[in-house]
Amino acid sequence: MPPASNQPVAPTVVVTGLVKQFGRFAALRGVSAEFASGHLYTILGDNGAGKTTLLRALAGLTPPTRGRISMLGTTNLRSVCGQLGYMAHPSLLYDEMSGMENLGYFARLYDVSNKDQRCAEVIGAVKLDPSLTRPVGQYSQGMRQRMSLARALLNDPKILLLDEPFSNVDLRSAREMVSLLTGLRDAGKTIFVVTHQASLLEGAADEFVWMETGQIVSRTSDLATRLETL
Amino acid sequence: MKRVFPILAVLTAALLSYALYEALVVAPTELTMGDVQRIFYYHVPSAWTAFILFSINFVASVVYLIRRSNKADIVALVTAEVGVVFCTVVLVTGPIWARPVWGIWWTWDLRLTLTLVLWLIYVSYLVLRRFSSSGQTPLLAAVLAIFGALDVPLVYFSIWFFRTQHPQPVIGGGGFIDPLMLHVLLINWLAFSCFAALVCWSRYRLEVLQREVDETLALEALLEPRGSQTRTSQTWRAG
Amino acid sequence: MSTVPSLTRATLAKDLRLEWRSKDAINSMLFFSLLVVVIFSFSFDPTAEESRRIAGGLVWVAFLFAAVVALNQTWAREMRNQVLDAYRVSPAPPNALFLAKVVGNFIFVTVLQALMTPLFIVFYNLRALGPAYQLPMVAALGTWALVVNGTFFAAMSLRTRSREIMLPLLLFPISIPALLAMVEATGAILTGEFSAKFWIVLLAAYDLVFTIASLFLFGFVLQAE
Repeated sequence: MPPASNQPVAPTVVVTGLVKQFGRFAALRGVSAEFASGHLYTILGDNGAGKTTLLRALAGLTPPTRGRISMLGTTNLRSVCGQLGYMAHPSLLYDEMSGMENLGYFARLYDVSNKDQRCAEVIGAVKLDPSLTRPVGQYSQGMRQRMSLARALLNDPKILLLDEPFSNVDLRSAREMVSLLTGLRDAGKTIFVVTHQASLLEGAADEFVWMETGQIVSRTSDLATRLETL
Repeated sequence: MKRVFPILAVLTAALLSYALYEALVVAPTELTMGDVQRIFYYHVPSAWTAFILFSINFVASVVYLIRRSNKADIVALVTAEVGVVFCTVVLVTGPIWARPVWGIWWTWDLRLTLTLVLWLIYVSYLVLRRFSSSGQTPLLAAVLAIFGALDVPLVYFSIWFFRTQHPQPVIGGGGFIDPLMLHVLLINWLAFSCFAALVCWSRYRLEVLQREVDETLALEALLEPRGSQTRTSQTWRAG
Repeated sequence: MSTVPSLTRATLAKDLRLEWRSKDAINSMLFFSLLVVVIFSFSFDPTAEESRRIAGGLVWVAFLFAAVVALNQTWAREMRNQVLDAYRVSPAPPNALFLAKVVGNFIFVTVLQALMTPLFIVFYNLRALGPAYQLPMVAALGTWALVVNGTFFAAMSLRTRSREIMLPLLLFPISIPALLAMVEATGAILTGEFSAKFWIVLLAAYDLVFTIASLFLFGFVLQAE
């Protein structure tokens, strides 16, 4: 749980009336919510509920049809993109390069200082071997997901957007990732995790956000009670 | 719109008929080429009209990039479509004129070649509009239009110099033009411009309505419940 | 410091390294270029005198086809695993990515030209009667003209259906003045009958105009969904 605080903290992410339509298909139909820093949010819902679209909108990859997104106090998402970490279902890595080479390149994109040191650091944080020269394309799925997470952490982002980080990942790797995330949350980051595997984050996540047909239908910190009502 | 349009249509039709009469009857017969030369009164005004339409397209595209105005995008689309039609007229009347006069179907005449390149650029513009995913079409099209506009002076100079190196017949003659012929030419240009404006206007209205329909349908899709839901969704906050 | 030049260098280095490792794209393209030269030589088999006049056109059309094949795979690696999204999400300036890709393609196409040119010289018994030193200038400026717009339109094509046909469809009309210049300049130098100076200046102007336009507008295209 995040440390208690006496002062009200401004929410890190504020979404107001977010609508996203692809032609006639409405992926998001008016999502309004506030999210605070130092919280780990789990976004759940059926396929097509709009979870990925919401995450991509927050990442600035999908301009909303209507509505507003405010992040770290500004609606100009491009200006704060250096403080974002994004991870998607595709690995966002070059298959032909090794882990260190990949991260070395992406570290340049984010203008990370002490590049090599930082790369080794994040690779270690996801419990992979920095000296591994095997190209990422030959990694197992679990290793690839972890390397992808490492890439998302390179710039020490304030906000993490993770889309299905645990898919096809073995249980041990998944648990390690969860403990890494809770550590980051405790350090004050805002973390969004879209997943189908809610049970992995039970006890770790601060809030479970349920989405259905493009809207947020409930937010609760008590997963068990919510599951019972379904 | 409902009242003004038919009046303008009738006026334009009258103007076009008058211009046709001028071109076929009033205009003097050309010295060397004979009556075939009268196609000049269709060939040249079409070219001018097309160039004007494409200029408007360029301005509309720039406006779109700056303001993201839906109206600017529609203007760009409309002027491109009608401009391509007028370009086609130029490209068809050119060879029809060239064949009896010079014995060849095509010559790398400056205006004709420039029109051909513009036609190619704007047909590719229309293909891009059709093939791109609907959300991004206005942006990509606007960018392409700007590229096309930047290309035009380069096309002009390249063809101009090419012709100095490889002399070719000039369709439509340059330099001096008989005052009466000039008068007929301008009348035809006026008629063509009115016609172009009318077609553009009605196409504009059509597109506006089409987009309104699309938006309404999209809004309906937004508001109605999606899929088959077996349980009602409750919004509640706990803990 | 992540400025455009340093990021461009880093991206270019990465692309060259990746290409060197896999070598499958360059190998297949080299072979394709060879095929193009052979087919052209079968199709247009003139005597030595005529060949000098039309060689300019032949060579550049052959280069154009080879360039299109190369350009079509410009963003292939970035599209796999959605790496392009990683770039879009980062604060990195889009122009760095664009320039790196253009220079990469320039090197790529120049390598193809380096293979095709001797073959053309052999098959057509080519010899420059005009100032031969101008040929590399024409080659460089002409190739830049093709790859700068080609890389830009390849990025635009990513957002369209029929991606592979969209690229040449957009590229060819816009490239007409540059193509005319390349062909005429090469013909002028080979035959020695005209000066290629005007064409070289035109190519330089073309390159300048479209490089600036591309740098200006690439950001829009990259951020398009």
